[in-house]
Amino acid sequence: MQDLIVFVVLLSLGYFAGTMAESRHYRSIRKRERELLKLPAVTAEDFLDEGREIEDVRLVHGSVVISIDYFKRILAGLRNIFGGEVKSYLTLIDRGRREAILRMKQEAADADIILNLRIETSAIGQNANRRKTIGSIEVIAYGTAVTLKK
Amino acid sequence: MILTNIETIPGKKIVEHFGIVSGSTVRAKHVGRDIMAGLKNIVGGELKGYTELLQDSRKQAMERMMKQAEEFGANAIINIRFATSSVTQGASELFVYGTAVRVE
Repeated sequence: MQDLIVFVVLLSLGYFAGTMAESRHYRSIRKRERELLKLPAVTAEDFLDEGREIEDVRLVHGSVVISIDYFKRILAGLRNIFGGEVKSYLTLIDRGRREAILRMKQEAADADIILNLRIETSAIGQNANRRKTIGSIEVIAYGTAVTLKK
Repeated sequence: MILTNIETIPGKKIVEHFGIVSGSTVRAKHVGRDIMAGLKNIVGGELKGYTELLQDSRKQAMERMMKQAEEFGANAIINIRFATSSVTQGASELFVYGTAVRVE
């Protein structure tokens, strides 16, 4: 009985706090994405604007470790039985990637373009080597920031 | 030292290649952070302690790589790649590698 109560408390805590945190995070991501629209990050390696003089070239990176809430973890566990798309992990990874890109862009705020953007994701934490579970993920985004002479 | 993750350095000419340089570090987290992360696992969201820990370790790996490049006499590293792997429960290896070059 006690186990059940703990389970329900964790589940509802995960659901309410997790949903709130997620929508707050998404609002902040969208706001910052709009602010940083003028700094494009591209996967191309070539620099198209050959004519202009280059002032500075440097490596920039941004990273984030993000974890899923208890409710979604249970939901994903159920999804493992029936198969299909695991939507609850989708938002986790999407949030992580967008946040990492934003942090990278913030580090390169004075640059004109970020070339060869690469995104890497890895599972870390105590659940990393356990079967079937993703505890938390680390996302790192990195690229080469190029600043042109004004 | 100029660092890029593309094959060239825009605006500069590469005059000499020194081959691969790399740096790595294996880090474990401490108990306090682990407890906080355990709590955060219930409500979800960013684990700031881990983010900082991994950023510090990555910086250390990059410093090791840059030191190696300096010993070669290089003044830039191109084509840098990052890799992360989880070696045991609770410890991560951060690995960074690139090609050391000299530019004009």
